Amino acid sequence: MTLTAPPQQVATEVVAVTETKRRRWSTPGGQRTLISAVDLNRHRVAYVATVTVTMLIFAAAFLYPMYWMVTSAFKTPVEFAQPTPTIVPETWHPENYSTAWTNMRIGKFFLNTVYYAVGGWLIQLAVDVAVAYALSKLRPVFGKVILGAMLASLMLPAAALLVPAYLTVADLPIFGWNLLNTPWALWLPAAANAFNVYVLKRFFDQIPDDLLDAAAIDGAGRLRVLRSIVLPLSRPVLGVVSIFAIIGIWKDFLWPLLVLQNPETQTLSVALSRLANTSQVPQTEFMAGLVIASVPMILIFLIFQRSIIGGLSAGSMKG
Amino acid sequence: MAVLTAPRRAPGRLRRKAGDNLLAYAFMAAGILCFAFFSWYPLVKGIILSFQQDNFVIPPYWVGLANYRALFDDPLFWTAWKNTVYFTGLALAFGFALPFVIAVLLNEFRHLTGSFRVLVYLPVMLPPVVSVLLWRYFYDPGQGLFNAILGGLNLPTSQWVQGSSTAMISLVLVSTWANMGGATLMYLAALQGIPGDLYEAAELDGATVWQRLRHVTIPQMRFIMLVLLLLQIIATMQVFIEPFLLTGTSSPDTVTVMVLVYRYAFTVNNDFGLAAAMSVLLFIVLGAFSALYLRLTREPR
Repeated sequence: MTLTAPPQQVATEVVAVTETKRRRWSTPGGQRTLISAVDLNRHRVAYVATVTVTMLIFAAAFLYPMYWMVTSAFKTPVEFAQPTPTIVPETWHPENYSTAWTNMRIGKFFLNTVYYAVGGWLIQLAVDVAVAYALSKLRPVFGKVILGAMLASLMLPAAALLVPAYLTVADLPIFGWNLLNTPWALWLPAAANAFNVYVLKRFFDQIPDDLLDAAAIDGAGRLRVLRSIVLPLSRPVLGVVSIFAIIGIWKDFLWPLLVLQNPETQTLSVALSRLANTSQVPQTEFMAGLVIASVPMILIFLIFQRSIIGGLSAGSMKG
Repeated sequence: MAVLTAPRRAPGRLRRKAGDNLLAYAFMAAGILCFAFFSWYPLVKGIILSFQQDNFVIPPYWVGLANYRALFDDPLFWTAWKNTVYFTGLALAFGFALPFVIAVLLNEFRHLTGSFRVLVYLPVMLPPVVSVLLWRYFYDPGQGLFNAILGGLNLPTSQWVQGSSTAMISLVLVSTWANMGGATLMYLAALQGIPGDLYEAAELDGATVWQRLRHVTIPQMRFIMLVLLLLQIIATMQVFIEPFLLTGTSSPDTVTVMVLVYRYAFTVNNDFGLAAAMSVLLFIVLGAFSALYLRLTREPR
């Protein structure tokens, strides 16, 4: 019971930090930048014109391709193949999406990817939180060495490990397991994420030891402390790590291409790249497949915008 | 008080310390195993493999430097490096300056700031396979969107990815479109960290907008620009998806280092030793950039 007061205090501090950040984000105008507010006001017309033109260019460059993709999937193959593209489909064929879902088996690959993403996310979180908590709060002997060795892996470009990692997954040393075409081929290498460990450990480091000691005196074990104090306080960082874990697995291509060669086990990205090179698939249905592969990412982005953009900014500020 | 109680508590503390260590290693066991199997071991294995003949069928045997010699004798090896450097150079020409310029511009805007950020980051959210395959339709010389627009404006059309001279530029365009959002948002965040007083003072001293940009913004951004430059070099030198999906693995115009690694290991004859040797060389090149990056970001500025 005595535990409740201090954690809340820290929690409000954390909230306060994110709040100020948020306020800064939404009103960058509150801060003096290159051009002063007075000057902007004086050249109001030029300012409005610049904003408008930039917005039009942005819409054409970033929004129109998505619009084109979504609407193309509604067209008939004949309309799609017209040399001058129609902006709005002449006839709407939503059934392209359902045909793609069943005939191209996009549904199957979609569910595969969801399964890999959710499983990989949970495993990554469990493994990396445990490591970060141990390194930050239990401070074992050789902890620094282990952290260093993990961080050293950040220096290894993924590409350089591709071939040996593939051979490792195909025949896991000591155990002798072949993980190819199983979810473990994605999950276990994803759990070895030094960036997660680093970010989580840095966050845990900020939680005052006094708080944990107080809990320990009240009889809470190390696990209980992790569950009841550390994890609830770390919600913001856990959220960011989770979002990036799911996005990472959903967008990954080269690794799943290698380790999931059996079509039954493939992710949406790998399956789409395979289908792209077969001519049997009607192009409008293929386009529907591309849209279906993008929808979850766009939804995650629209829902978690703040965390994603904030996470990127935090990433650029570290050091 | 602590001094008084310390000796009496010592045995308990020792036991607690031992218990903590045991618990800590129990907590870290899964993580250490994952790193050991999928990060540390493959690094060692990759280096060993580069001195071996291994095709997964017969047990690997030592061949000394034969893999490296075979690489240097393969004309594609040199083509791949040339293409990769060319791609990286072009990607930096577009992808390094553009996000900076856009970020400086967006930072001045007082309206629609959220929408601009969302729009520029939207392509980054798409799975790379989707962006690249989408652009494959745009690039189609027959019925693609780009040639339709160019034709509509009475401009000369292009062969895009199918033309030997335009192929690489086309790859860079997709790559820039798909990735520039991240750098833009990072620059924006850094721009907001520049103290407003600096601009104020410069303006009072009579500095024009360009002078302020040149003498306040850019010096203040030097660190983040250097960091992003290194990250971009590391990322673009590993380019794979764009050539793999747009031009295939056999086109000599766009074969890159990673495409060649893929070819050696997974298409031609499963020559894992040769692919590993190529990876080791790539690792040495990128390792230098990574080391520099880590040094920069870990030192307190």
